[in-house]
Amino acid sequence: MSNSFRRLVSGRNTMALLASLGAGTMAGGLLLHDNSSLAAETKTKLYPPSADFPDLRKHNNCMASALTPAVYAKLRDKLTPNNWTLDQCIQTGVDNPGHPFIKTVGCVAGDEESYEVFAELFDPVIKDRHNGYNPRTMTHPTDLDASKITNGVFDDNYVLSSRVRTGRSIRGLSLPPACSRAERREVERVVVTALAGLKGELTGRYYSLGDMTEKEQQQLIDDHFLFDKPVSPLLTCAFMARDWPDARGIWHNNEKTFLIWVNEEDHTRVISMEKGGNMKRVFERFCSGLKQVEHLIQERGWEFMWNERLGYILTCPSNLGTGLRAGVHVRLPKLSKDPRFSKILDNLRLQKRGTGGVDTAATGDTFDISNLDRLGKSEVELVQLVVDGVNYLIECEKKLEKGQDIKVPAPLVQFKK
Amino acid sequence: MTKNCHNDYKMKFSTDEEFPDLSQHNNHMAKVLTKEIYDKLRGKSTPSGFTVDDVIQTGVDNPGHPFIMTVGCVAGDEESYEVFKELLDPVISDRHGGYKPTDKHKTDLNFENLKGGDDLDPNYVLSSRVRTGRSIKGFTLPPHNSRGERRGIEKLSIEALSNLDGELKGKYYPLTGMTDAEQEQLIADHFLFDKPVSPLLTCAGMARDWPDARGIWHNDNKTFLVWVNEEDHLRVISMQKGGNMKEVFRRFCTGLQKIEEIFKKHNHGFMWNEHLGYILTCPSNLGTGLRGGVHVKLPKLSTHAKFEEILTRLRLQKRGTGGVDTASVGGVFDISNADRLGSSEVEQVQLVVDGVKLMVEMEKKLEKGESIDGMIPAQK
Repeated sequence: MSNSFRRLVSGRNTMALLASLGAGTMAGGLLLHDNSSLAAETKTKLYPPSADFPDLRKHNNCMASALTPAVYAKLRDKLTPNNWTLDQCIQTGVDNPGHPFIKTVGCVAGDEESYEVFAELFDPVIKDRHNGYNPRTMTHPTDLDASKITNGVFDDNYVLSSRVRTGRSIRGLSLPPACSRAERREVERVVVTALAGLKGELTGRYYSLGDMTEKEQQQLIDDHFLFDKPVSPLLTCAFMARDWPDARGIWHNNEKTFLIWVNEEDHTRVISMEKGGNMKRVFERFCSGLKQVEHLIQERGWEFMWNERLGYILTCPSNLGTGLRAGVHVRLPKLSKDPRFSKILDNLRLQKRGTGGVDTAATGDTFDISNLDRLGKSEVELVQLVVDGVNYLIECEKKLEKGQDIKVPAPLVQFKK
Repeated sequence: MTKNCHNDYKMKFSTDEEFPDLSQHNNHMAKVLTKEIYDKLRGKSTPSGFTVDDVIQTGVDNPGHPFIMTVGCVAGDEESYEVFKELLDPVISDRHGGYKPTDKHKTDLNFENLKGGDDLDPNYVLSSRVRTGRSIKGFTLPPHNSRGERRGIEKLSIEALSNLDGELKGKYYPLTGMTDAEQEQLIADHFLFDKPVSPLLTCAGMARDWPDARGIWHNDNKTFLVWVNEEDHLRVISMQKGGNMKEVFRRFCTGLQKIEEIFKKHNHGFMWNEHLGYILTCPSNLGTGLRGGVHVKLPKLSTHAKFEEILTRLRLQKRGTGGVDTASVGGVFDISNADRLGSSEVEQVQLVVDGVKLMVEMEKKLEKGESIDGMIPAQK
């Protein structure tokens, strides 16, 4: 582990200690050391929180629903141990009012401690986004035992491909909205070093975005692996595209079935995928790969951000818990035209997207079908839910082919309370 | 925003670990910034908390173009130009023709000192316009200011502008809450400015909280216009159809001086010093911040082999009629002064007036099939 980071990162205990001291103490200490504190104090008096409270009247996102003047006043001058502020968390939600029909989240974490220091904002946002999940009273189950999955191989006549993705953050380093260039480069070093240790079907290589050749770039585009500089204002207003393409890259195994994005919207995005309907194998590779990567970083004294209230800690509150989206590209020509299609998906806790991903339309009769939920259910539970749901959809499609009628299934329970 | 506390945290990492990768970059900041300079400046902060990383972020995020040299850095407040002088002085020198840290800038807003300018041929000169920017002392600049400050700037501006009368009497249209009818009228008048989309501006943090505290003021005659909280605190524009640049400049100077008086009364004069003139967000706009120009028909001259040479010698630049980074349409060009710092407002507008007059005469000569070789000017 490098130099300055060893001094900096002393493990989970220090983080817990810092958080419990209260960011206020840290901030007080920092401000007193500098004679610009007078200017800062004057500003605070000139501009009380009410003067800075954002105009959210046209806004429709989770942050705008949760942020009251009282909460803002309480949190505005607080700092996380990495000196991240509330204004920085909410900037993306202020800049992107949202859509009358689509409710975006509207806030991001700058570091692991954001979720604690700004809990008065993040807790209601999490509740709103994750079906009433209460981080104060509930715990999130983590289960990466792929052997538990049953009926996880779909009919290839319908399912064209299967994919599972999640994200992982490296504890002790700030998240993409907040990280400095040095931190981002350290994330890259930690991850790439670990990935170099993968063997067997997971043997692969890393392509740095800044250094890749045109030929490599074209191949990655053809494989549908290459990610681009974010253009969505949801991400750019959250400062995630700074210093692009410094310390960003893509790693994939030689078989092209296991892929990791470094320093895009999260420290890492981990993707397992293959053509056809063997979701069980995709999930097995996913779990095995994740465990091996975790082991490899632990050997060097690093770990993933995780706690039992929120599961895996990621930049966007919508990805807390499992951060998992398991899905298939599936042909449903008859079912997709049935007026009950949306209701069936709803009740199965599934969502449809176009085959280009989020915010795209479906081409022809092929849909991307995946789990809606992330937090409150384990990885195994969510993948099983997708497996059972997709099997049900295929059954419906087959029935409609034979001219038989289909049933709307009863709605699934959200999570065990 | 108060102190940039995140900077203290970053100081734990070495200069080498934090120094940006500028190997693909072509902007003034990238040409100037060395590890030594970065090392010296990274621990510093202006009183309001702006740091060197804040100054350079836009230049790191926008490598530039092999042919176009962007500036690549911005100020967050008046003090940025002092605290980060090791970086900004050489950038200013590169951008403003070798301007030295010891040079003094002359301000001259006496419109009576302008010679001529009332007789540009309206058959060729379609419209005339002078714009500048002004920053209000006591507030931080658009890359850095908080919502509270930005609203303070708007409030003060509205008060100041509401005191204008006579030919300058007008009305303020805040971007928030503008009616559809008002919006369409402002678009039809070519007055409405939009949320910045250029990454040069968005990466510098200037579009935050849009459209909060942004707005447009214009007089009833639609010849004097002020933008509030776009790329600078204020952008002031005087314009009219036809070629009477003298009149446009008179109104420009009068309006500016009236506005400045009112801000001074509120103890918030304009940011200005005798070295850099008027202090604005982008180092390219220091000095006068003035761009005086015309839309002029030069179909023949613009295709002449020596067109660029002539413009350079006259200290003028061309743009398309859509503004910076647009192409010309139908042989009509936007011709304006290239300089901002080191010469006064009167001098810069004089160059435009004299230069455009000459170019129109050249155009007429070319129409008659005559040569213009004898008319090529010496370098101004």
